[in-house]
Amino acid sequence: MADKIATREAYGNALAEFGDIYDIVVLDADLAEATKTLIFKKKFPHRFFDCGIAEGNMVTVAAGLAASGLIPFASSFAMFAAGRAFEQIRNAIGYPHLNVKIGATHAGISVGEDGATHQCNEDLATMRVIPGMTIINPADAVEARAAVEAAIKYKGPVYLRFGRLAVPVLFDKETYKMELGKGIVMADGKDAAIFATGIMVNIALEARELLKNDGIDAAVINIHTIKPIDKNLIVRYAKSTGAIVTAEEHNIVNGFGSAVCEVVAENCPVPVMRVGINDSFGRSGKVPPLLEMYGLTPTNITANVKKAINLKR
Amino acid sequence: MEQAKIKELKNIAAHIKLGALEAVHSAMSGHPGGSLSIADILAYLYFAEMNVDPQNPDWEDRDRFVLSKGHTAPGLYAVLAEKGYFPKEDLKTFRQIDSYLQGHPDMKSVPGVDMTTGSLGLGISAACGMALAAKIKNKDYRVYAILGDGELAEGQVWESAMFAAHYKLDNLCAFIDFNGLQIDGKITEVMNSTPIDEKYKAFNWNVIVIDGHDLNQIETAVNNAKVTKGKPTMIVCKTVKGNGVSFMENQVHWHGTAPNKEQYEQAVAEITASIGG
Repeated sequence: MADKIATREAYGNALAEFGDIYDIVVLDADLAEATKTLIFKKKFPHRFFDCGIAEGNMVTVAAGLAASGLIPFASSFAMFAAGRAFEQIRNAIGYPHLNVKIGATHAGISVGEDGATHQCNEDLATMRVIPGMTIINPADAVEARAAVEAAIKYKGPVYLRFGRLAVPVLFDKETYKMELGKGIVMADGKDAAIFATGIMVNIALEARELLKNDGIDAAVINIHTIKPIDKNLIVRYAKSTGAIVTAEEHNIVNGFGSAVCEVVAENCPVPVMRVGINDSFGRSGKVPPLLEMYGLTPTNITANVKKAINLKR
Repeated sequence: MEQAKIKELKNIAAHIKLGALEAVHSAMSGHPGGSLSIADILAYLYFAEMNVDPQNPDWEDRDRFVLSKGHTAPGLYAVLAEKGYFPKEDLKTFRQIDSYLQGHPDMKSVPGVDMTTGSLGLGISAACGMALAAKIKNKDYRVYAILGDGELAEGQVWESAMFAAHYKLDNLCAFIDFNGLQIDGKITEVMNSTPIDEKYKAFNWNVIVIDGHDLNQIETAVNNAKVTKGKPTMIVCKTVKGNGVSFMENQVHWHGTAPNKEQYEQAVAEITASIGG
């Protein structure tokens, strides 16, 4: 397997890289070492502002910076950005559609030992419901870097979701191109389509290999942009395969799977099974057993692919 | 300040009050009390202090104003109309479904509104961001903001207070409309935010306490803020809620109640009588 890099690491590196080119400023809430914005701070100390442990103020300061023509990245853990500062993001960034980028790290259960208070499985839900919010959930370090650049080039609010866990690099930096709102077909297939996002993309690819043993040919599609979601691609695979599974490191309530269901139900109703956190809180533990306990595994995906296929008319 | 200038600004303040009342009465909805209490401050800022251009509301080097107590949008809209950002007749459309004059300030739809506000505690943080942006970009514009005294109960206000002092935002000058009343009653009874001046001093701000209806005192305080280096300034303005309308003054009922026809006519008559004399 190729190198493993956490998407948060790629985030910090990308900020430092693109700081040379673009007029970005970076804010953090006393987590620069963990969110990896420290990498930017070391290179551009005068464009980095620690806001202390005050996320509501931080994202609203970012709104003021954006209203003054700068491109601010406001960083914290997903829990405290999309969770604690939800209302500030909604009213001071979303409603006036300001050019603020929220760089949220430590999303999902793969935070590990810190436990439920820090494992945010709700951020896609709170961000998705804000009109005009763009949400990017990259699958690896290459995609995370591209997401940062895409967010800088796009004028408007963007929520970027990064993880703590080092994950395999799936893409080639030289050839990878991100197009906001466009999914990436990782592998084609005719019997079912697995739509995955974030760290679940790699797990879905493993599931695809397992399914081959049972003679099932499943497509794997990486949806990095949760909003606006790639309707055309979802409908296309709903029609061609007739059975869909979604995979996300997030509550299956109001998350990525829900977004896929909305598209499928309104355009091409076929069975959809959602793999994710099953409406529960996380807990402390090492990451591999946590992923196992919460069903974020290739085998749980394969089981759900079979269920979806059985539900086909 | 010269007497003639004071008279001119007081007349402008009276027109701001008339505009705010017209907006609230037309909508039969909105917040008159706190719009009237800040009319003198708004008149001073927009007609004696701020470097702005109504013909070019998004001019990059303009001074900024953030109404952190966004519910008193009628006062803000009235001063913007008075300054020429949009026609005064439009104040009648306040809060109507086909109007751009939203119930709370909307920077996307209203020319001259520098920040969308209405959710208390957010405006002052955004003002901090604007002041910080000026430092980053080496601009010499200044940022003004008005908070309510009830708003001080929002925890975020104190996050922003720490932030502004920490980053030495001496280009930020905020006012507190210390009228002593909030929706549920007196601030000392609902949630006592006093002593306000000592709190901001403890947060390392330059603090000045004035009569918020005395234009000389407003001018002196704003000038003091401009020469104060290394600290943001908080001007704690003792004000009268409903200022200028006898039956509204110091009455909590007029926080968010629209005057009926008779009340409106009486209010207009009282304010009009104060003009010019």
